[in-house]
Amino acid sequence: MSAPLPAPLPADRSEAVFTDYKLPLAREHAIAEANRCLFCTDAPCVNACPTRIDIPQFIRKISTDNVKGSAKTIFEANILGMSCARVCPVEVLCVGACVYNNMDSPPIQIGKLQRYATDAAFEKDWRFFEAGPDTGKSVALIGGGPASLAAAHELRRFGHRCTIFEKRGVLGGLNTTGVAPYKMRADQSLREAEWILAIGGIDVKLNTAIGEHVPLADLESKFDAVFVGAGLGADSALNIPGESLPGVVGAVQWIEHIKRSKATLDGVSRCVVVGGGNTAIDAVREAIGLGIPRVTMLYRGSEAGMSGYEHEWDAAKQQGAIGEWKALPTAFEGTGKVQRIRCQRLDDTKKPIAGSDFTVEADLVLVAIGQSKLGQMLGSLSGITIDKGRVITDARGFTGRTKWYAGGDCTNGGKEVVNAAAEGKAAAHAIHEFLGAKGARHG
Amino acid sequence: MADRDTPTIKPDLRVNCGGIKAPNPFWLASAPPANSGLQVQRAFEAGWGGAVWKTLGTPIQNVSSRFGGHTIRGVQGAGFNNIELITDRPLETNFREIAETKRLFPKHAMVVSLMVETREEWRDIIKRSIDAGADGLELNFGCPHGMCERGMGSAVGQEPKINQEITSWAVEFSTVPVLVKLTPNVSNIIPHGIAAKRGGAHGVSLINTIKSIIGVDIDRFVPEPRVGGLSTNGGYCGSAVKPIALHMVAALAREKEFGLPISGIGGITNWRDAVEFILLGSSSVQVCTEVMLKGYRIVEDMIDGLENYMQEKGFATIDQMVGKAIPAFSEWGDLDLNYETVAKIDASKCIGCQVCVAACHDGAHQCIHPPLQGGKDGSRVPIVDESECVGCNLCQIVCPVPGCITMQPVINGYQPATWNQHVHDGKSLRPKKGAH
Repeated sequence: MSAPLPAPLPADRSEAVFTDYKLPLAREHAIAEANRCLFCTDAPCVNACPTRIDIPQFIRKISTDNVKGSAKTIFEANILGMSCARVCPVEVLCVGACVYNNMDSPPIQIGKLQRYATDAAFEKDWRFFEAGPDTGKSVALIGGGPASLAAAHELRRFGHRCTIFEKRGVLGGLNTTGVAPYKMRADQSLREAEWILAIGGIDVKLNTAIGEHVPLADLESKFDAVFVGAGLGADSALNIPGESLPGVVGAVQWIEHIKRSKATLDGVSRCVVVGGGNTAIDAVREAIGLGIPRVTMLYRGSEAGMSGYEHEWDAAKQQGAIGEWKALPTAFEGTGKVQRIRCQRLDDTKKPIAGSDFTVEADLVLVAIGQSKLGQMLGSLSGITIDKGRVITDARGFTGRTKWYAGGDCTNGGKEVVNAAAEGKAAAHAIHEFLGAKGARHG
Repeated sequence: MADRDTPTIKPDLRVNCGGIKAPNPFWLASAPPANSGLQVQRAFEAGWGGAVWKTLGTPIQNVSSRFGGHTIRGVQGAGFNNIELITDRPLETNFREIAETKRLFPKHAMVVSLMVETREEWRDIIKRSIDAGADGLELNFGCPHGMCERGMGSAVGQEPKINQEITSWAVEFSTVPVLVKLTPNVSNIIPHGIAAKRGGAHGVSLINTIKSIIGVDIDRFVPEPRVGGLSTNGGYCGSAVKPIALHMVAALAREKEFGLPISGIGGITNWRDAVEFILLGSSSVQVCTEVMLKGYRIVEDMIDGLENYMQEKGFATIDQMVGKAIPAFSEWGDLDLNYETVAKIDASKCIGCQVCVAACHDGAHQCIHPPLQGGKDGSRVPIVDESECVGCNLCQIVCPVPGCITMQPVINGYQPATWNQHVHDGKSLRPKKGAH
């Protein structure tokens, strides 16, 4: 019918140069670390995990060399436990909550221990879960990222058939296209998606955009329930002169580019990332990792006021990142391509200071000021509330319109993979109740 | 300032254990670390005060492997066992090296451990040992594996009559002090110590190793240590046996009929352990396993740790410490049943792990509770229900923060009353706690 799709991930893609920023634990080290765990009661680390992994229990299992049992404990709570082990900001979640922090002892390296157990599961191809007996019900899932994968896996355990509609040619969502490659490479995310799909009964329609290739109305008529895990849209723009010059790129778009293909960086010696969030810091560290000599983060607030994690920015600084604070871009300038950013200095209230114009030289600008929200795609459906582009749901992902549930970035505005996993799973439970007691739960 | 500049008197670490003198109480036990001249000489150079030479007798043939380790929560060798026998080296070699070592280190205690069968063999080996320069002899009546099946080792130590008889031979043939090394593989150590005394021994050393299987290879279905496809019981030692050894040492030390000097052995890994053995009646201590795991240089910390302790407590000599805790080692029936403590948690130290909550709920008397939901400032400091707390200590034992949980005495208005006083004199007891 059509030419076969190109290999989803060429071997010479740019991200291939990256190696793991945090090294895995060897068995002896893992066991020693596991033996340090106090096995707390009502452990604060568990309460800090959106997916409520029973952390003391999986760690105890590592200490006894019951790695298989450990991995099962993790995946029982969070089927994306492998990627979460790599990409979770553990410093502000489980590890940040470890009681050892209260006695000036190093907290347990929970992320690394989780990686130890989940890596073993992937390496040895352990499978823990089977699909439930077929219920005859079917669920459509919009988007093939962490939220939908978590929801689909849980729905299959209940025995509901699933169909994932993914507009890209690859599954995994931002795990595949957006995660910093020194945390996880795209091929690892695809492997995870494949491992999750091995439960069977999940149909995947790649390169299929809802509203474009499949009408929204079809989903409602052909499926018993719909889960929206559509993620976020394109990079937001600054809407200033010169933004269309070659060399000015959205950060999320650029990161996807280096993760899925070989980026040309010839002649790029000064990269400026505009923004102060975690995507901006990722872009900074990736640009440095790809060998760009001078990489600057340009942010309108102060260094302390960045929304990005302090531990991530500290790491970026150690790699040589430069900060340009209280700076507001007003125009991109250059002949044929971007050459500099014209800026104004802001005061403490983020108001421009008159006469403070200055320029920063740049031959690659990555704009990381957020992503558009995709809620509008559901705007035509009555009963669904969209607020500033976010789909509004109750705590279990119900949108207010019978059959329709949602989770992940499209509802939370852009959080961590672990939030998407938790929300997808919670929605699956709500959907299961709805399918089992149709009409009763949501009227 | 003045305090710091005042020279403190260095404590005297010299010991005399049953007539065997040494510059300090730290001796190598009769075992692999005291197998050869070069080893013992290196140990003496490192600071060890004495050595009990690896048991001499008719040289044997050993198996491989010989040792097994017990790992507890990642700590390797917390317990240890062996199926190695007495010396496998020619007696002439051993005696030559003993003489050489004694010549190089004349002030160190050179004790030679012996294990033979007949009276004539004892006569002969004792003479040769003393000729080589032994300052004392140790009769190995303790080895619980291999040798006992040949009628030696613990086969002797478990029979007071045989123990006494062989001891009397040794004492008859010896011109140097004789220590009898006792086996812990008996239900009551006292008759065995007394047998040694009746045989004329100048002291005893204990404990030897405990009959044991250190573990099982769960893939091969063979106990450890594995010799091909088979294993056998071995002698258990190392840190994990210390409590058993302390009890046996103390039981003899407080026995009025006994009264001989004791060389304490069993799970001694550092100066603190050594102090405990000394306070319970040992006038020297012997170490093997910790040396096998870490090497001779652990003695440096043992010596200056002991010196610092003695200075802090005002002990000038080891003799002043020996048996100091024995008067406080009593029978259950003499304990004060009206003495009452409860656990107190120092909220400023508590890290909120609530390990004490699980321990108390699941393993004790259900009196430590998590704070109510949304406790003050989200505090996770548990609450002790003092009306239910029986003062058992478990919470303090599991708490990872030193000094966070303390057991504090309660003034309950009751006069001291022991079980014996209650039974014989009708003394009244406080109401029981946690017994509903």
